Amino acid sequence: MSVLRLVPIYCGSQVDMLASLASRLEQTFGLHPVQHPPGFDPEQAYESSRGQYNSRVLLDLLRRELPGGEGRVLGVTSIDLFIPVLTFVFGEAQLSGRAAVVSTHRLDPTHYGLPADRDALFERLCKESIHELGHTFRLLHCADDRCVMTSSMYVDGIDIKGSRLCDGCLQLLRAANG
Amino acid sequence: MVKRIASILIVDDELSVRDSLYEWFRKDGHHVTTVANASAALKAMQEQRFDVALLDIKMPGMDGMELQAQTRKIDPDMEVIMITAFASVETAVKALKQGAFDYVTKPIDPDELSHLVHRALEKRRLEHENIRMRDQIDGLVAVDKIVGESPPMQKVLEMVGHVAKTDATVLIRGESGTGKELIARAIHANSARRYFPIVPVNCGSFAEGLLESELFGHERGAFTGAQYRRKGKIEMADGGTLFLDEIGSISPKMQVDLLRVLETKEFMRVGGNRSISSDFRVICASNENLELKVADGEFREDLYYRINVFSIEAPPLRTRGSDIPLLARHFLVRLSRQMDKKITEISPEAMQLLMAHDWPGNVRELSNAIERAMVVGTPPAIRPEDLPVVAAAGGVAGGGDSLADIEKRHIADVLARTDWNITRTAEVLGIDRATVYNKIKKYGLRR
Repeated sequence: MSVLRLVPIYCGSQVDMLASLASRLEQTFGLHPVQHPPGFDPEQAYESSRGQYNSRVLLDLLRRELPGGEGRVLGVTSIDLFIPVLTFVFGEAQLSGRAAVVSTHRLDPTHYGLPADRDALFERLCKESIHELGHTFRLLHCADDRCVMTSSMYVDGIDIKGSRLCDGCLQLLRAANG
Repeated sequence: MVKRIASILIVDDELSVRDSLYEWFRKDGHHVTTVANASAALKAMQEQRFDVALLDIKMPGMDGMELQAQTRKIDPDMEVIMITAFASVETAVKALKQGAFDYVTKPIDPDELSHLVHRALEKRRLEHENIRMRDQIDGLVAVDKIVGESPPMQKVLEMVGHVAKTDATVLIRGESGTGKELIARAIHANSARRYFPIVPVNCGSFAEGLLESELFGHERGAFTGAQYRRKGKIEMADGGTLFLDEIGSISPKMQVDLLRVLETKEFMRVGGNRSISSDFRVICASNENLELKVADGEFREDLYYRINVFSIEAPPLRTRGSDIPLLARHFLVRLSRQMDKKITEISPEAMQLLMAHDWPGNVRELSNAIERAMVVGTPPAIRPEDLPVVAAAGGVAGGGDSLADIEKRHIADVLARTDWNITRTAEVLGIDRATVYNKIKKYGLRR
């Protein structure tokens, strides 16, 4: 079984969600999750002009965390992520690659001035983690809006979509796993 | 939502922007090409077509604005979204004036970018669909070919070509059966109004009150039996063409009303009090001598001049005998396909008979003759005995002795003698034209 390296980056109090998250990811992808602290300085990804962290830089740093380039690596963070042309991203992944990163920053109800809701946050984190890791298995955005691989541009969209892969995406995942 | 795969061109001198957008759109399944400058973009456009291009405005060398102008020359259908780090109203206005789909400022909200590209692709899809549908409509509205190589018909075709390009009112004159409606349809089908309907009204087939309601429509309760509001033919012809056949038969009151509508393009439904406007072209047809009717005071001179802006004379078949073989074969091919009957020729003897006949009922009579021959004849060819012009006159169905049977037979007989010229039939029978139409309907008479 391939390894899924879970790397908490400035995770704060949400670090205690990682064990449950690992279990959900193992069910979906059949990867063996292993939690591992980052072996790099996340500040390399910080963009002072925007006050955000460049997710593309983080992906490069995370990819180097995989010994022998095997398995997958998922960074989980509470910092705000961006890619240069967009205002923010919930997460990012290398399409057909090995690294993915997810931020809880904009998944957290408190970001929108709402009361804290750890259950809602955890569900969103699971969906976005499966979604981003799905990209590393060549899965594209899905037209089925119940599928977790459907593209979500805002947090309500994440709540609306399902937490599982649709049959079509599941078949593609199996094909990607050989 | 149906997923549509597009090909997207990204032009930006910043590598991080190119890479970000490349990854972003690839995850939607799009085919993405990224280039760093305008010359590479133009080269890429020469090699492949793109649905959408995202162009950075500020680039070394040729900037995005100039590149946008250049791309219009290569592929005017490609949707262009301009991206800039420095928002300026002037550049935004200029880009949009140059035909850009939209203009956005970096960094872009992910939702906005997604919607922007989706809308650009949707616009492109609708434009393509529009072109496809217009092509399909062109095929569907293609009128029956006007068949004829004789000089009189060539002149008609030439006039149709000229007048179709204008919005002028046309008066088509000619004997019954010469194909006046076919000419009207050809004018409409070749005009700018062809995507809207051509609405034919046979003015001779309605009594005065009914014609008014037919043309103008009526409101609920306007008269006994008007249980619902109904649109008139003029309203239905909005955007298209109103074809008024047998215009010479309308009453003096109707002439006044029609003149007013033709001049103002506004009217009121019967029983209504609201003015309705309709944008339509008028083509009229008549087999009567309208000048004589004007001289006799039966037809308003002002209406005559209003409808007679451009006049086309549909020639009688006897003046274009050289078209008879062409027309006969045209009907043969069409009917053989419709009836799925393998009669594919007309024997030389039968053709001689067709050529010798003077066809008082014109093309319609010829078409009917061929249709009947197709019904009674056997493959492979129409023979002289299959043609009604030589066949013994057949009786009319309904051989009883009741008054209705006798009336039916008599009307059918007169219609056959006048080759279904309604005006002449009405004169012979001593009744008005509307009554003739009602009797035809009542007895189910057919040509």
